[in-house]
Amino acid sequence: MSSVESVPPPNLVAPPRRRGRRSSLRSWRRGDQLIFVLAWTAGVALCLITASIIVFLAVKGVAYLSPKLLVTSPSAAVNQAQSGGFLDPIVGTVTLAVIGTLIATPLAVISAIWVVEYGRPRWLVGIVETSIELIAGTPDIVIAIFGLALFQLGILAPLSFRSTGGGVYGRSFLAAGIMMSLLALPLTYTATRNGLRAIPRHMREASYALGKTRITTIRRVLLPSLRPHVATGAVLGMGRIIGDTAIVVVLLGATLQNSPENGVPLLGFLRGTGSTLSSYIYDNSPAGEGNAPQKAYAAVFVLVLIIVALNAIVGRVSRIGVHASAGTGRLSR
Amino acid sequence: MSTRIEGLPSPCGLAPSGEVRQNDTMSINQLVFAPPATDAAPLMNTNPLRAVSPLTGPERMRISEISVFYDGVPAVRQASLAIHQGEVLALIGPSGCGKTTLLRTLNRLTELTPTASHSGQITLDGEDIHELEDTKLRTRVSMVFQQPNPFPMSIFDNVAFALREQSRRRPRRRELEPLVKQALQRAGLYEEIRGDLDRSALRLSGGQQQRLCIARAIATNPEILLMDEPCSALDPRSTAVIEDLILQLRSELAIVIVTHNLQQARRIADRVAFMYLGDLVELGDAGQLFEAPREERTREYIAGAFG
Repeated sequence: MSSVESVPPPNLVAPPRRRGRRSSLRSWRRGDQLIFVLAWTAGVALCLITASIIVFLAVKGVAYLSPKLLVTSPSAAVNQAQSGGFLDPIVGTVTLAVIGTLIATPLAVISAIWVVEYGRPRWLVGIVETSIELIAGTPDIVIAIFGLALFQLGILAPLSFRSTGGGVYGRSFLAAGIMMSLLALPLTYTATRNGLRAIPRHMREASYALGKTRITTIRRVLLPSLRPHVATGAVLGMGRIIGDTAIVVVLLGATLQNSPENGVPLLGFLRGTGSTLSSYIYDNSPAGEGNAPQKAYAAVFVLVLIIVALNAIVGRVSRIGVHASAGTGRLSR
Repeated sequence: MSTRIEGLPSPCGLAPSGEVRQNDTMSINQLVFAPPATDAAPLMNTNPLRAVSPLTGPERMRISEISVFYDGVPAVRQASLAIHQGEVLALIGPSGCGKTTLLRTLNRLTELTPTASHSGQITLDGEDIHELEDTKLRTRVSMVFQQPNPFPMSIFDNVAFALREQSRRRPRRRELEPLVKQALQRAGLYEEIRGDLDRSALRLSGGQQQRLCIARAIATNPEILLMDEPCSALDPRSTAVIEDLILQLRSELAIVIVTHNLQQARRIADRVAFMYLGDLVELGDAGQLFEAPREERTREYIAGAFG
């Protein structure tokens, strides 16, 4: 094809970028000028507000933050210098996020696939969609109290432990993690469903036209395109779990230290109670029971760092998504 | 595949690649840069591949009195025609005349539309296609769509996807590689992407993507290739490359192509079927249908009276 294409001169240098003259702001209508100024003000104000929160937390938090805090367990001491750090809350936060995401993601992806790809009978789809919207709209404290009532049932005793009186305690990492998955579920579900709906019909038909069954099409064609959507939803769900306090206070026990049950090491830990950064912040702040605001600030700073890191991951993942989900068959540059 | 016609390229279409490239370039120059033809007849003869042969092989598919309904409303009415190996059959007609519906009935893709129903019979090599498993049928009657739609995976995986059977055992790459390579060669894409089978298919240009879709569709050696306006999303140069490809492929399989572009039908079709409002109005050799249509409606449509 080289004979067709014109060959560029060998040493053509790109000139520095120069913009041509554009319409002046003064010539605009009054309303447009107003909107223009408002848009800029709003954008800058939003950045300033976020930046000031982060700077405030950083100044307050870094002052007290030390590497030792991150690796020592909290302990009950009146003297703040001896009351330890927040290793347990960090472990607790990560554990709950992992349990919640591990439960929510497969459920969300499978439901989204069923709704979009099968979607029959219609009335059942309506019920599924409504249920997920209801879960999304339920306050976390309601989910927490419902969870407590649920996990105190005798039959669910293996998920937590029996207290000395013989009653089921109903509070554990497993109990909290399972209810946390309800927070993440709607976010992952919505992201996956929207991703599926964005895949054009002719992509599916192309696979059917190659003699593939619907299940093969889902597994080999749709799921690979969905990966970025699922990842985005899962990370958003994790953010939701990490930030939640009510479920931790009610369903995790919010004990000072993670206190495993006796028995199998990991299972014992999961059946035991503990705390997360959010409950730790609450307990140490004057608003809660404690009076150690400097520690609360340090914990908040760590929490913010985790959330910023997650946000960065979301950004990364969704940018990958632009490439991988270019299902329109167009070139995505 | 057993029936081989003299004077045609080998059944696998493995013509020496250098020769193919040359043909490509020649026809591109002629098609794209030739002065616009005032009369259509000379245009038909510009493509050197066009002259290969309008020979017709054995009958592969027979459509008898097929009607297709959406929600009870007929979209195709009592259409009957036969499709032969070695020919390009073009379905033309104004928008909404049922040509795409008819095409999609041939590999039972209309069954994906819940409201669609049909009557009549279609046989592939004497077998009723509704007696065949849909997955088997579609490896024998494959399809290329209007929008190039490569899957979001590598070039290799796009073609290998078509070749993998519905089985537990996944064939290894080494077993599939020669077949993938062959399919890409037949689609005229191998030379352009040589050595880079692992590149993402989404990075190809539109015309290359469409040829990848053709490679994918012919990888299973189907008897019939259905094409639903395969060039309407492409620029003239890519269109010319694909048209040459269609002319090369027709010796090995029957090609049914839906097109809005009458010039394209003149350039590549051996036989043309004109559809109007669900009726198969006229079916004939391309030359006859364009030069001396028997039906008034065909004459008006070709003259540009409607559509």
